[in-house]
Amino acid sequence: MNRKTIAIAVIAMLLMALPVVAGITDEPYLVTLVSRILIYALAAVSLDLMLGFGGMVSLGHAAFFSTGAYVVGILSVHAFEGTALINWPVSISGQEGVLVVWPLAILASAVAAAVIGALSLRTTGMHFIMITLAFAQMLYYFFVSLEAYGGDDGISLFSRNSLPWVDLADDRQFYYLCLGILAVFLFLAWRLVYSRFGMVIRGCKDNERRMKSLGFATFRYRLVCFIIAGAGAGLAGAMIANQTEYVSPGLMHWTRSGEILVMVLLGGMGTLFGPVLGAATLLLMEEFLSIYTEHWMVYLGPFLVVVVLFAKRGIYGLLAGGNGSHG
Amino acid sequence: MAKSLLSVRALVKRFGAVQASNGFSLDVARGELHALIGPNGAGKTTALNQLSGELTPDSGEVFFDGQPITHWPIHRRARMGLARSYQITSVFDQLTVKENLSLAIQAHNGHSFRFWGKAGGDPVTRREIEPAMARVGLEERSEVPAVKLSHGEKRQLEVGMALVGKPKMLLLDEPYAGMGPGGAVELTKLIQRLKGAVTILLVEHDMGAVFSLADRITVLVYGQAIASDTPEAIRADPSVRQAYLGDEIVAQGRTDA
Repeated sequence: MNRKTIAIAVIAMLLMALPVVAGITDEPYLVTLVSRILIYALAAVSLDLMLGFGGMVSLGHAAFFSTGAYVVGILSVHAFEGTALINWPVSISGQEGVLVVWPLAILASAVAAAVIGALSLRTTGMHFIMITLAFAQMLYYFFVSLEAYGGDDGISLFSRNSLPWVDLADDRQFYYLCLGILAVFLFLAWRLVYSRFGMVIRGCKDNERRMKSLGFATFRYRLVCFIIAGAGAGLAGAMIANQTEYVSPGLMHWTRSGEILVMVLLGGMGTLFGPVLGAATLLLMEEFLSIYTEHWMVYLGPFLVVVVLFAKRGIYGLLAGGNGSHG
Repeated sequence: MAKSLLSVRALVKRFGAVQASNGFSLDVARGELHALIGPNGAGKTTALNQLSGELTPDSGEVFFDGQPITHWPIHRRARMGLARSYQITSVFDQLTVKENLSLAIQAHNGHSFRFWGKAGGDPVTRREIEPAMARVGLEERSEVPAVKLSHGEKRQLEVGMALVGKPKMLLLDEPYAGMGPGGAVELTKLIQRLKGAVTILLVEHDMGAVFSLADRITVLVYGQAIASDTPEAIRADPSVRQAYLGDEIVAQGRTDA
């Protein structure tokens, strides 16, 4: 048992016990807050797959996050009105089932990531950052002007999606669903990072030119990594839409991409559990500091600078020790 | 010229007003160690980059193993057996020696859209990793991240990675650059072991190494090959002496002969 294992086990147990504790202490809002943290953690882990492991610094991750959310929102509107989304070539009606809607959300954001990635990955460095930002902003203004789905005001969901045996309307059951999905996603990401594919991605981050001269067609590997990251963010988006029962263009504003990026940096780039810690830290700071001042970011800024300067692998590095592997 | 493994015809590459390659032609026979030398700014690295695929020539053609590869991307050339090492050492700093070599093995061993199984766990990698480490003499250092290796060891690793796919031809870009005397001896041994087994094009400033290792030498001046011959003939060639402001270099070559 090293420090890393102990830290992860303790955090997992705390998360398992949280709804019970919240029930006893009569603070149900904790369950809602931590559900939100778990969902953002999923988005942050997905970003870290491409950022921390693949070396692709994107400022457009919110585009995929919100694509997932809008799939939930739009299908929910049609389900409520009993109208069809499209009638040709096939008729697609509104949907509310998790088993249909969430895979569609993942698929839609994966497609968006494939298109945006195929164009953006032809550039590197600062150009890549700017082009991902530009695509996300294009999507933002597209949804702002989409009057059919609320435009600027967004969509209020009539209810959360439905799932057999699980009542998503119950905050505690929803919480355990989020926890379960995050755990599965982390496991898959862990397998991926150490797989052959993961090695290629890490090699591309380290030295793409050398990867090419070894015989790797790096573009397609980086694109697939980009798509996987986008799909993960899309799932998180579908979940946040259900959690807040509200979808708006605010979800895809570039500041949201910035927030997810900050979570990764705070928690520890290139680690799997780091982004989870980063999401928790950022959202908890927001929650508790904003009680005292609406300018809570004044405190976040210096904190971020200190973490980035002194903790090489973020908060995760501090907890698990510096010499750990990617965890 | 049927036995040439690599055949280069009249390459031209301009960067603005600079004519880096100006009708550069070269033939490298199968199995030989061919050295490419020339004064600073002669266009050696530009020429090499056009062979490895990092630059596309404005005109001219490159044939490798009978195929026109002029417009092929780098990774396709590498898979066909044209490997290179870099002047500025280019290994994966964050990965261990073993991971570096295992990645090189992976490059020549099917696609890598495998998301589940552990990298390096497949039978091919397991079989090839030990010989690959032994070949470059880094067995003791297998778990060390490349960033912690000495310059000489990095060089050995770099060449080792280029060798993994059993390339038909190796492009070595100034392998002796920045190397201490001990490392240089090790590297010369390594290249001598490779000689004959793999065709090598060596771009090098160290004239001692060039004249002692090469079967044939091509001299590049202002983007053009002015001579291509055996070391003895090159040393005696008056145009080479003249172009190469050669006194010192020719003298140095003589002491090594």
